Amino acid sequence: MSTFKTVLDRYDWDNTLKGIYSKTESDVRHALEKTTRDLEDFKALISPAATPYLEDMAQLSQQITKKRFGNTIQMYAPMYLSNECQNICTYCGFSMTNKIPRRTLTDAEILRETAFLKSKGYDHILLVTGEANRTVGVAYLKHAISLIRSEFSNISIEVQPLHQDEYELLIENGLYAVLVYQETYHRDEYKKHHPKGKKSNFDYRLETPDRLGKAGVHKIGLGSLYGLEDWRADSFFTALHFKYLQKTYWKTKYSMSFPRLRPFSGGLEPKVEMTDRDLVQLICAFRLLDEDLELSMSTRESELFRDHIVNLGITSISAESKTNPGGYVVEKQSLEQFEISDERSTETFTEVLKSKGLEVVWKDWENNWQ
Amino acid sequence: MNDQLTIADKTFSSRLFTGTGKFSNSITMRDAIMASESELVTVALKRVNTTDKEDDILAHLNNPSIHLLPNTSGVRTAEEAIFAANLSREALHTNWVKLEIHPDPKYLLPDPIETLKAAEMLVKEGFVVMPYIHADPVLCKRLEDVGVQCVMPLGAPIGSNKGLKTLEFLEIIIAQSNVPVIVDAGIGSPSHAAFAMELGADAVLVNTAIAVSQNPIAMGKAFKLAVQAGRIAYNAKLAPLKRTAEASSPLTSFLNN
Repeated sequence: MSTFKTVLDRYDWDNTLKGIYSKTESDVRHALEKTTRDLEDFKALISPAATPYLEDMAQLSQQITKKRFGNTIQMYAPMYLSNECQNICTYCGFSMTNKIPRRTLTDAEILRETAFLKSKGYDHILLVTGEANRTVGVAYLKHAISLIRSEFSNISIEVQPLHQDEYELLIENGLYAVLVYQETYHRDEYKKHHPKGKKSNFDYRLETPDRLGKAGVHKIGLGSLYGLEDWRADSFFTALHFKYLQKTYWKTKYSMSFPRLRPFSGGLEPKVEMTDRDLVQLICAFRLLDEDLELSMSTRESELFRDHIVNLGITSISAESKTNPGGYVVEKQSLEQFEISDERSTETFTEVLKSKGLEVVWKDWENNWQ
Repeated sequence: MNDQLTIADKTFSSRLFTGTGKFSNSITMRDAIMASESELVTVALKRVNTTDKEDDILAHLNNPSIHLLPNTSGVRTAEEAIFAANLSREALHTNWVKLEIHPDPKYLLPDPIETLKAAEMLVKEGFVVMPYIHADPVLCKRLEDVGVQCVMPLGAPIGSNKGLKTLEFLEIIIAQSNVPVIVDAGIGSPSHAAFAMELGADAVLVNTAIAVSQNPIAMGKAFKLAVQAGRIAYNAKLAPLKRTAEASSPLTSFLNN
């Protein structure tokens, strides 16, 4: 059975980039006026030609989002289970060669962390690990999910790519969604940033959402790490990936995240900068491409940015996040994967959301009837 | 521009498929189909006399540019449809079959459950299955999952000539499908056919509107031109409807801070 690799192989990076940069204002106006938009329209909307139309895009994005999602926003919390990792990733604080104390949470520690998140109101949780198959393999993940299953109505993971049967096992045990970002769709750049470890296999990662679709997961989260390469080309390929998956695995929901390279200790500077303005453009372009796609925002972004972006198309957001294992209660001082920017408390941030006329949703859907 | 339609092992220059029922005589049928330039013509297996080489319908369609598409019209269950398909493969030497299962004799609406069952079996038996179905987007994906080569959602009840009454659902089907979408049934005039093609349908199937016209040959030609026009328009991309702007407070001014 074919996978997204056969689709991606038909595209050339430089030509794609040229295609985006050659879009005109007339292409942008055309894309704005249509009621349904295709990937060529998406190219126009992320092109430099669209920058004078940013406000129009934002207005439309807001209208479409409100029509589909109402005046609501879903809250979620990431919880790091482990910082052990056998990959070298140039941009990541957990990279194997970084000399940091490694820690994987025990059952008791997991429960202390989740108790804190529950006390804040969270009901959707995202479990995060590095890639260390011996200590944090499928068995550990299955156990962790079972441990907290009764506490949360929605459990997602952002961990190493797994096999289809492993996903099936985790889904059976209460897993709802899997987030897996390609980081960059540029093969050579990918190789540069992932020189060692299982993650250096571009194709295996690329085909992960296919395996997830075949495993019948409820939701797949996609994204690129913007800053590794030209964000316009990477976001186009992410959109291409999304549209392919949506057509192929039609029973699955999709979400999109927009991580930008953030500084961490010993960090990597972005090769291609993505400004706040660029990020707004991209978020609106995704909303204009697809009305049903969940658009997710983390605490990597600043207070000002987050306060305004929630009205522009974002449908799911975190607050007060910690990106280190045990960061909420168990060991607050351990090293983070990356620095978060918006450190406001959940209470403060949800007040901001309410003041903007948004209903804060903690529980969207009960996933525990299985 | 090479804009041919490929279904399984066949490639078509014409995106107008036609039927053979309801014509006043076989010569008119033949001439109308020739005028339409249709390359895929469906025949009801229950109506042709497959053992008789001189069968009136088949004899008149004996033309290298025309592929015959046997249909199972008249069957009421998956089991009957599978039997009919095997019969037609043997008699007409084609593994193509238009799967039509309508237990309801009045509106001839297709039975989705029996159709899905039969489609799955027939695909396994090596048929190229073209299922006639209600414009149900989920059913289309389910059929795609079992391996049909295209889907044929209806625009309106068969023979009704009412046009694309299922428009909202056809749009979803076209947007989602990984196999060609052929709008079947209900297309009553060339403008309906053109509209279906403008929406992005890969082809249309027309029978009654041509057969029952006072001049079927002229109508065959009209449909040919309409389908071509609609397809060209689709490829050229339609100009969007004008949207009315509303004044509202700026959402992106925070970026100027």
